[in-house]
Formats: sequence, C-alpha cells, structure tokens
Amino acid sequence: MNGRTNRLIMIALTFAAGGILLVGGVLLGTFLQMRILTEGTPGTATIGGPFTLVATDGQKVSDQTYRGKWVLIYFGYTYCPDACPTALNNISVALEKLGPDAGKLQTFFVTVDPQRDTQEVMTDYLKPFDSRILGLTGTKAQIDDVIKEFHLYASAEKSEGHGNDYYVSHSSYIYLMDPHGSFVDVIHGNAVGDEIAIWVRKVMRDAGS
Amino acid sequence: MRRMAHLITALLGALCLGGEPHAQTSAASMVVVQQPWARATPGGAKTGAAYMTLINNGASADRLLSATTPLADQVQFHKETEDNGVSRMREVRNVELEPGAKIVFKPGEMHMMLVGLKQPLIEGQALPLTLQFERAGNIDVTMPIEKVGAMHREDIGMMMHDSDHMK
Repeated sequence: MNGRTNRLIMIALTFAAGGILLVGGVLLGTFLQMRILTEGTPGTATIGGPFTLVATDGQKVSDQTYRGKWVLIYFGYTYCPDACPTALNNISVALEKLGPDAGKLQTFFVTVDPQRDTQEVMTDYLKPFDSRILGLTGTKAQIDDVIKEFHLYASAEKSEGHGNDYYVSHSSYIYLMDPHGSFVDVIHGNAVGDEIAIWVRKVMRDAGS
Repeated sequence: MRRMAHLITALLGALCLGGEPHAQTSAASMVVVQQPWARATPGGAKTGAAYMTLINNGASADRLLSATTPLADQVQFHKETEDNGVSRMREVRNVELEPGAKIVFKPGEMHMMLVGLKQPLIEGQALPLTLQFERAGNIDVTMPIEKVGAMHREDIGMMMHDSDHMK
C-alpha cells in the first residue's frame, strides 16, 4: 500500500519526466518542446484517456481496442540504448512468469519519438523481445495527445555534443490500466521481471480479476 | 590506422577473454576496470550501451574524461538523476573518481551510451573501447557483447546462479 501510494504521489507530483536532447544541430526541422506540468492534486489527476495509434502490423489501435483486458504500457523510443531495452526485457520476463495470467493482459510499447520510430523501425527493434509486446506509433499529433494524457514530460534541450543524432532522455515507468481503461498503478522500468509479474498479479487480485 | 590498432587490440583482448583476469588496469595508475560488457542492439538501433565497474585504488583522485570506440561516432556517459522524485537520464561530461571510489555502470542506471553505431552490436562478439583518464591515461578494454536486454555479463550471471545452488 505504501509503495503504491508513494509511487502514485511521485507520479502525481511530477509525472513521468522526459526530455529530448539534441546532440548536434543538423536535424529534424521542428523540435518537440513540451512541458506538461502537474495538474490537480496528488492522487486526483487522471492518467490516460482516449487515443488512436498504429500498431507495428499496421492495425489501428485505440484505447477502446483492448477494453476488457488489462493494459500494460511502456513509453520509450528506439534510440534509447539503456532504459528501454532494460524495461522491455523486464516486461518480457514478466510475461513469461505470468503464464496464463498474461492472457488477461495486453502490452504496448508506445514510442515518444514518432519522427524516427516508424512501424518498420519498431518492428525490427521489438524482435528480440516477447512477441506479445505490441509496438505503437502514430503521427506527432497523436503521440502528443498520448504524452499529454499520460502526463509524460518531454522537452528539447541542446547538448554541446557534436554528433548528428538526438536522443530522448526520459524516465522509465510502466503503466497498468484496468479492463475499463482506468489507470491503476505504475512501476519503474528497472523492476525485474519477477517483481513486475508479482505486481501485476497483485493488482489483478485486488481488483478481483 | 588508429582503427586498425583498435581492431588488433580487440582481437588480442578477445583471445584473452576466456581466461579469468577480467580486470584491466593501467600500468601508470591505480585505476582498475572490471567486468566490462556491452549489450547487443535490437534491429536497426543506432545507439548502444556499455557497462563496467571503475575502481580507483590510488591515493589521488582521477577523472574519466572520455571514451572512444571504432564502432560508434561517440561515447557519452549517462547518469540517472532525480528531478522532483522522478528519475531521468542525463549526460555527464566526466566521471569523477575519488581515491577509493568504485563507480558502477549498469543497466537502468549509469551507462555509457554509444551514439551513431557503425554496425549492430552482435551477441558473442566483442566491443573494443578506449577509456581516457586524466591521470591514468588511456586504458583499452575489450567488452564481450551480451544478448539484447541482458542485465549483466553472462559469466557473472552464472556465478550468481552457482551460488544460488549452493544455498
């Protein structure tokens, strides 16, 4: 209870932070500069909402598509070498540990970097991980909506580096939504697979699911 | 030419990998590099990550200034920091090594980010890396490449596994 409360407070206070760091200057004409500040008071802010995105297989996926299922969402991007593979690996292990319970769950990897993360790029990137993780991308506007709804913080910063690539620096949280599409809890992407599986089971059990 | 030298270093290093001595140290200093490893990259990835433990056994402070590898345009040091209770990754220019310091680079925390990969990092292969320290000078390391999403070096995992069995 405490851990969950702490996590909720942490999220409500600042929400998932993210940033886009520009390493070098050459690129992508316009650049994302968003600051979504805390809304409401801790514990009362709503997280999540309607969205329409495109899956790696081309299928349109909205917040309604998987109603009736628990939904696990991890936000990341394919230029992320550390936090994202770590979280995706942890989620893959968790799905295996969940056994048949994983059937009650749909898992999304949603990119916050739609300019680079096309369906093809995400398909390749997700290959080494559990095939049940569905990659979702969209237009910049669609992703912006999701970023807003999930209170992700993203900002563009210039780095003094001299490469041509930018990378997205963000916090690494895994969100769990219930079968009605309501936000339930978050866990850090560094949590190992066992821990994630235990967390998911507990949340499902508490909900009588 | 420099790249050639790196490759030769890598090959020599790879030959030594089967043996026990994973610690690679500079003759001129007391900085020790332990358990270096890199992660294989998912398809199409333009960035990679490398991990290791740095120990300063010397009486003077040292500083990791930079790292280079022939396999990427640049190597950045990223550290997890907390902003208002939310952790996020930030680039740090240098890594301070006070006397006796032990700095651990590991997944989800501090790591070296390889930017502009020239080729995918493939499991089972090796990544040559040169670390430049203020006092210790250059230390060449050869890092085994573990599977995508690996959380530690396979041989360390085996050791942990073994000790589990002994309980």
